[in-house]
Amino acid sequence: MFITGIFAVGFYIATIILIVGVAMKVMRYARTPSPLVIPTTPAPTTRGGVVLRMAREVFVFESLFKGNIWTWVLGILFHYGMLIALLRHLRYFTDPVWGWVSLMQWMGIYAGFAMLAGLAGLFIRRVFVDRIRYISSPSDYLILALLFFIAFSGMMMKYVSHTDIIAVKEFIRGVMTFHWSPMPTDIPVLIHFTLVITLMIIFPISKMIHAPGMFFSPTRNMVDNPREKRHVVRWVEERSQSPDQ
Amino acid sequence: MAKADYEIPGLSQYVPVPKLEPGKMEHSSPFIAKPEHNADLGFPGELVDDWHDKAIDKMGDLLKKYRSLQVFMDICVKCGACTDKCHYMLGTADPKNMPVARQDLMRSVYRRYFTWPGKHFPKLVGARDLTRDVLDEWYSYYHQCSECRRCSVYCPYGIDTAEITMAGREILAHVGMGQKYSNEIIGKVYKIGNNLGLPGPALENTLEGLAEDIEDETGIAVAMPMDKVGSEVLLITPSADFFAEPHVDGLMGYAKVFHEAGIDWTVSSYASEAANFGLFIGNYDNMEKIAKRIRKASIDLKVRRIVHGECGHAWRVAYSFWNTLAGPFDYLDSNYPVPQHICELTYDLLQAGKIKLDPSQNDDKVLTFHDSCNVARGSRMGDKPGGQFDIPRALIKAACNNYVDMARDTINEHTFCCGGGGGLLTDDLMELRVKGAMPRMQALNEVVESDKVTHVAAICAICKTQFAKTLPYYNMGMDMIISVHHLVGDALIMSDVPEDKEEEDEDEARAQD
Repeated sequence: MFITGIFAVGFYIATIILIVGVAMKVMRYARTPSPLVIPTTPAPTTRGGVVLRMAREVFVFESLFKGNIWTWVLGILFHYGMLIALLRHLRYFTDPVWGWVSLMQWMGIYAGFAMLAGLAGLFIRRVFVDRIRYISSPSDYLILALLFFIAFSGMMMKYVSHTDIIAVKEFIRGVMTFHWSPMPTDIPVLIHFTLVITLMIIFPISKMIHAPGMFFSPTRNMVDNPREKRHVVRWVEERSQSPDQ
Repeated sequence: MAKADYEIPGLSQYVPVPKLEPGKMEHSSPFIAKPEHNADLGFPGELVDDWHDKAIDKMGDLLKKYRSLQVFMDICVKCGACTDKCHYMLGTADPKNMPVARQDLMRSVYRRYFTWPGKHFPKLVGARDLTRDVLDEWYSYYHQCSECRRCSVYCPYGIDTAEITMAGREILAHVGMGQKYSNEIIGKVYKIGNNLGLPGPALENTLEGLAEDIEDETGIAVAMPMDKVGSEVLLITPSADFFAEPHVDGLMGYAKVFHEAGIDWTVSSYASEAANFGLFIGNYDNMEKIAKRIRKASIDLKVRRIVHGECGHAWRVAYSFWNTLAGPFDYLDSNYPVPQHICELTYDLLQAGKIKLDPSQNDDKVLTFHDSCNVARGSRMGDKPGGQFDIPRALIKAACNNYVDMARDTINEHTFCCGGGGGLLTDDLMELRVKGAMPRMQALNEVVESDKVTHVAAICAICKTQFAKTLPYYNMGMDMIISVHHLVGDALIMSDVPEDKEEEDEDEARAQD
């Protein structure tokens, strides 16, 4: 029960840090104005066009595709693998399990391998391409390793030492409803949970903030209509009203 | 071939990604501005004693004012997609010229002073203190970026290194490390009205001389007025157009188009400059001050339209920023875009059948077009995205029968900077300019060899000067570079050519036969 308590509290703290941390960052981005119209052109001339442009960036990594095909392939493998794996995990959070979550369970193993392959490829690229090695800090390698071992420990539970996933689900539901239930304590579970808690905590203060942050990128989210519509933000307005201007 | 005491990159079938050579360009730094040049712009004259605190304060200030800087500092994942996209990186092999590495010069300091992990675990996240060496490194490498935005095309999050370079230069200027070339030029705009320091009377003389040249050539008296109150159009054009080669032929081309279309136009002696180096130094106040001179000139001269000449970064400022900086322009004729690019104007006239071009006049030439970075990636022409690529090409094709594009990954949004943009068009950065020109020169050389291209047309004063200077280093003639409106002017069919002039031309033609 001691270990259950530690992990339950760990998840509470990590969840609070994740939500509050991301909210604070997002609020800072939202409050910081973009005084000039700076989309990278050619850019859409309407709001709807911008939504489409952003959707292409989010779902098919349009710019990265133009930039580097290998990074794009590895990035797609990793991100979509992770997305499917994450959605598959919803079965541990929902009772009864939603229909579409049950239906997609079979995809999980492929997703897991895709994620591992993508992350391994990105790691190798970071180590062996001199330009990318040059720009890498220890944290860049560590984040890849963290994600890799989250996926790896998760797969271990399926292929190497079977974990009592009924108990895992009871633990997670217990944490969610504040009626704790003991968690399994085999090594892969402990590793998996520890790494996930770590990931949640560092998410808002690491480069993983790119996920919410990219929506605020002015070169991608601004409309190309400066001649038609005058764009003025508050600090510029206040400044031009001050007498010394 | 032009001589240099450094290695000039060779040209091959493609642009190879060089093996990194750390420190290769750390010696490259432009001259620091003199105290009076900084003071004219509202900056401290020389490095202040408390530069460390001032610099960090300024960074904090910019992080609050510019979403681009705040977001870009945080969201880079170091994927490396930009690392082989910068022409200066490709030309110099210096790793700090990789866009992400250039950003990291500032990001490392940002992390140290503005983020929790950087404050507590600097080594882990690559954070570092702001030292005097770091400041000098900023000065060097933030003046090895032409703010061309090519990296931002390939970044999955659209991170634009130009925004970070501008912030870097802004911080440097605020601690007294302004750049001589840009700051001196901005001072000239305030005092005299243009970058070149060409005073009103000299400008008037120049325009008269050019009008005479056109009359000698065509037999037509084409007006080139200055400060003519009540004109329909105020022409705002880079001052290089008034006498630099090959720019001036472009200006004569605009004059012919205005004349043929019957548009009454003028230039202003007060705002005789399209260029706005406030953009280059990343300073909002100076950029606004320069833009407002143009607003004032348009009001004083009671014009109804503003037309913009061939200038790259200036068109970005005019198209994207003027409305914000100096608008609203509700006192101008709303039937025309404000501002309107000279290429848009000529294109519309051509479409409407109000002017006609005879492309056979340029049959001795085979043309290609260099997309200028700020036009390509920071502005637009016409109604549709991409008009900035199509409209100039349409004009060239209407003015010349022989046209080929350079390689696809070097044109349109992928275009390579000429190597001299962003406030780097100065002799003290010649090595950087020559090396940075390599990717563009390589693509040009390819079409010279494969398609016998004789000329490259451009719509940017900086590009034209930079090409004229660097072409010889790559065994190509400096006169290959030409203004789009030079071609248009030569091909333009002038309807009121006097008869004696026509006969004279025919005689000449017969004599040549």
